[in-house]
Amino acid sequence: MNRLLVIIAPPLYLSFQCLRANLFSTLPNSLATLLILFVAWRFLPPLFDWALTNAIWSAADAPLCRELQTKGACWAFIAEKYRFILLGTYPYDQHWRPVLALALLLGLYGVSALRSMWRPRLALIWLCGVAVIGLLMWGGALGLDYVENERWGGLMLTLLLSTFGIAFAFPLSILLALGRRSPMPVTRYFCLAYIELIRGVPLISLLFMASVMAPLFLPTGVFIDKLLRAAIAMILFAAAYLAEVVRGGLQALPRGQEEAAQALGLSYWQRMGFVVLPQALRISIPPLMNTFIGFFKDTSLVVVIGLLDLLTTIKISLSEPAWIGFGVEAYLLASLLYFLFCYPMSRYSQRLERQLVPANEAMSLREN
Amino acid sequence: MLNPFPRLACSLSNERCRNVAYQSLLALAVGLAAWYFAANAAANLQERNIASGFRFLWREAGFEISETTLFSYSAADTYLRALAVGLLNTFRVAVVGIALATVLGSVIGLARLSRNWLLAKLAASYVELIRNVPLLVQLFFWYSIITENLPAPAQALNPLPGVFLSNRGVAFPVPRPHSAYVWIGAALMAGVVLAIMLKRWAWHGRQGMDRRFPIIAAGAAATIGFPLALYLGAPLEWSRPALTGFNFSGGAALSPEFAALLAGLIIYTAAFVAEIVRAGIMAVDRGQFEAADALGLSSRQTMRFVILPQALRVIVPPMTSQYLNLTKNSSLAVAIGYPDLVSIANTMMNQTGQAIEGVAIIMLVYLTISLTIAAFMNWYNRRVLQRGGDA
Repeated sequence: MNRLLVIIAPPLYLSFQCLRANLFSTLPNSLATLLILFVAWRFLPPLFDWALTNAIWSAADAPLCRELQTKGACWAFIAEKYRFILLGTYPYDQHWRPVLALALLLGLYGVSALRSMWRPRLALIWLCGVAVIGLLMWGGALGLDYVENERWGGLMLTLLLSTFGIAFAFPLSILLALGRRSPMPVTRYFCLAYIELIRGVPLISLLFMASVMAPLFLPTGVFIDKLLRAAIAMILFAAAYLAEVVRGGLQALPRGQEEAAQALGLSYWQRMGFVVLPQALRISIPPLMNTFIGFFKDTSLVVVIGLLDLLTTIKISLSEPAWIGFGVEAYLLASLLYFLFCYPMSRYSQRLERQLVPANEAMSLREN
Repeated sequence: MLNPFPRLACSLSNERCRNVAYQSLLALAVGLAAWYFAANAAANLQERNIASGFRFLWREAGFEISETTLFSYSAADTYLRALAVGLLNTFRVAVVGIALATVLGSVIGLARLSRNWLLAKLAASYVELIRNVPLLVQLFFWYSIITENLPAPAQALNPLPGVFLSNRGVAFPVPRPHSAYVWIGAALMAGVVLAIMLKRWAWHGRQGMDRRFPIIAAGAAATIGFPLALYLGAPLEWSRPALTGFNFSGGAALSPEFAALLAGLIIYTAAFVAEIVRAGIMAVDRGQFEAADALGLSSRQTMRFVILPQALRVIVPPMTSQYLNLTKNSSLAVAIGYPDLVSIANTMMNQTGQAIEGVAIIMLVYLTISLTIAAFMNWYNRRVLQRGGDA
């Protein structure tokens, strides 16, 4: 009876019956509801006061922050620092360039999310988009001043690092996944060793490797930019995880597909490129999206080697004497920014999963 | 038909030969790259006068470590001992974190399946919120809450009797050590062993579910009863935290770093555990619930004998990777200054310049932990599969 009501009643239709079925159906249920309401009544109003009523909003009132420290939030910190947090040390008068590049990048994300755009021309769109972004960020042509990439930072750096990290890690991961299933033992063991080695260690140790160890492994005189070194470490890291996802997709594909392609006399790369991979990648799109989200969050780790990403710009802003002690406000902002990117991506991946993957396959994929 | 020509050369049109050729090429390429990097490293190390090898581990470390687990450490000890302290600190946070994240995650996962709309929505919001914010941001958040927003020890919050929250961390009472506690520990072990034996015996002797022996009750009685009996006889003295000067003494204390790291790891991992538990229970066919209902099993029996054994099969593999993730994520400690293995190795690398050895140690330790947990969980998974019958 209860179950039926829950299904039939539209979620926002607040009738007495609906309330009773959803909140007060049994005694433990009612107790849980009352407990939640009590906690909300006890803690929400003070939280509301802190975040809104007593908060200090404008940068001009910043000195007041100290006096009110725990009674009201000091959003003035954000009002004062948002440009540095979002764009890093990019020349101040040129800020329109990264902002435009950011809008362009978001536009590219939006376009890629449309399934009707999943055609070869999407690659062309991306190439053009990336070229324009590169031009805007670096400049040096069309009357734009040159800006070296040491001055890139903030949210823009986080986005670029994750976008290009994935762009390079993905092809590598396909090769690794194919290699891991290869009939050639040497190839198989190399790929297996690589994947397990990378997956077995924390990302931090790879970043340390890139920042402390990499210079030792290069011949004297050869110097690789710190950003590039970190990017390479992130790519090598992401490739191992993506490879396991792709392998899940390959395993979920019925054997008959490859055997049929073999019977048609297709070569290995033809079989993979035209028959196996298109199907395998299609079913692994939802878990791939989840790995992308994880990777996006993981870019925050570059803070430990001092790259100027979103989290580092926030930490630097907090280390100024005027703003020491306002970490809660600052990290709430960081959480919000990351959430604004990750949550839509995760919703999108859930929707894709329903559209693309039949339920039984979804199960076998998730287990990998 | 015999081939009249002895095959001297292998042609690339022969698939097996081609495979051998490809593999040799790959091995050669990897070998050359390794050799190139090794040669560079050797030259660079010589140029910078850094001796390679692990002999430096027996030199004096010369830095203090803010907290130690189990054994003592001072700046005069060796790097090796410092690393061991770091490793134990990693274990401490990982073991406690895994246990608590499993509990919290299971509760939230079940809450998300609850028929109470408010509870289910609350659990769903928790999962969505926590999963979509990087762990590192959350660690910084908890760390600044503890160090910047909690009051000084003199005005410490006192949410439960004897428990104090301040910007110096968490202080709570612990029983004062007494010789009787060794015996309580022994009694606990004996209780556990007895409970396992009881269970074996009961499973063995049971023909069906009708001849019920209260295994859980008997096991719990043995596990808890034995030590409890001794405990009640033993002199109980609590060591309570008390404010002396600017900090608490007595009782046990969690440093702000440890508390923030632990809170962050538990809260973050619990969101993933919740999703795994939820997916596992939802993967059990609805007909199974109905069949159990039709057989007249109580809801507890349904859960224990029908749903859980099937759900565990789906739950165990992804749970393994969450446990591994938590252990690897504990290395983020370096960002908030908890002295785990990575942050001590980092200090060591900065002092000695032995970057290659340092990173090698970190990787070796984490690989060992990963492979051990993976092996254990595979063993457990096989057991779960066996119990469930086929599949």
